[in-house]
Amino acid sequence: MPSPPSGASAWRTARLLSREPQISTGRTLRFTVPDWPGHLAGQHVDVRLTADDGYQAVRSYSLAAPAEGDTVELGVQAAPDGEVSPYLADVLPIGAEVEIQGPLGGWFIWTPRDAGPLLLFAGGCGIVPLMAMLRARRAAGSAEPCTLLYSARSPDEVWYARELADPGPAEEIRLIYTRQAPPGDPRTTGRVGAQDLAGLPEPGSARCYVCGPTGFVEHVADLLQTAGHPRELIRTERFG
Amino acid sequence: MSGLSPGFHGRGRALVDRLPPGQYPTESFPVLSIGPTPRVTTDHWAFTLTTETGSRRSWTWEEMMALPQERPVADIHCVTRWSKFDTRWQGVSLDVLLEEAETAADFVVAESFDGYTTNLPLEDVTDGKAWLAHSFDGYPLAPDHGGPARLVVPHLYFWKSAKWIKGLRLTVQDEPGFWETAGYHNYGDPWREQRHWNDA
Repeated sequence: MPSPPSGASAWRTARLLSREPQISTGRTLRFTVPDWPGHLAGQHVDVRLTADDGYQAVRSYSLAAPAEGDTVELGVQAAPDGEVSPYLADVLPIGAEVEIQGPLGGWFIWTPRDAGPLLLFAGGCGIVPLMAMLRARRAAGSAEPCTLLYSARSPDEVWYARELADPGPAEEIRLIYTRQAPPGDPRTTGRVGAQDLAGLPEPGSARCYVCGPTGFVEHVADLLQTAGHPRELIRTERFG
Repeated sequence: MSGLSPGFHGRGRALVDRLPPGQYPTESFPVLSIGPTPRVTTDHWAFTLTTETGSRRSWTWEEMMALPQERPVADIHCVTRWSKFDTRWQGVSLDVLLEEAETAADFVVAESFDGYTTNLPLEDVTDGKAWLAHSFDGYPLAPDHGGPARLVVPHLYFWKSAKWIKGLRLTVQDEPGFWETAGYHNYGDPWREQRHWNDA
């Protein structure tokens, strides 16, 4: 298990560089963080906001990509009535600052040194840390097979749609629509089922990462175990 | 701190005396765990106390349920920054389970059915500070929240409150557990904000 980089507990000033819409409530935010120590795919950061009277609020957000120098990319989904996420998603001006602490998390991580097929299961905005793994894998030119199974309500709820439409070598993207599918999708809409797992690499060799709402994670982890995937190779991260 | 987060006003100042630093209150009960939820049935359940000399004492589910029951109400604080006020549990005080143990150990390791471990000083799980809990809000504890039984140690970050607990091991030396070897603080006091290795 890797050690967290020293200084992970320090708060660093982060300047908002750009904001890009992903879905109606989801944004890609890029921050410049001087002296960023680097991070592993799957890790997250804490973001701290400070009001004029000194009141502070902190929330965790997943890193969506490998670092590019001092630039980090976060995926932020605006939670209804949220205290922090709607502000980050729609209010924080470009060029303004927040504070960031991290990288955090030493378990739900993947590095190109982790051998064997890679299976990624994303529910909704649970795609964000898994996208970091997919991108890290692409950047490393890994030849191991990788499947991303991504469950979304409808086509306009799919993050990183353009990037996912162009799979890399040995990479398969399976989009599972739960409410509304695009015209011509042969699959009946509905939550992920055992049949959606057909043709995946043999249980016992593949590392499985599952991220999303609790109901999705519980369900997929059960499906994987029923299909014979050993629990030691299933790592989970849950939102909400 | 001017210049940071322009236009951010926030909320939640009203609860500030019950909220440890860096936390926010939640009404929901988020679930965090490292892997699949183990399905443990009460007829296969046992709780085992192991001392530093290797002597063991086990309780079946029925034996545990026959022990004196307590109904603690407590605020809980997760290192992922949510806090939940007035959570209502039912279970057995660890004082009852540790009562007859002959030990010179100063630490315990909580061990779970899924292989998870977490370490605590013995004095943090005695004198009415920790419970083996099997009910939440008057109902049997759901599997995703650690059912059939979990540890509840409200005064420390909630990763110390091991889900799906199967036993406690008394140790003379402190033995860092799962998260404690993966970058999280060895003790985990929310009021001192002991989240990570480098925190004081």
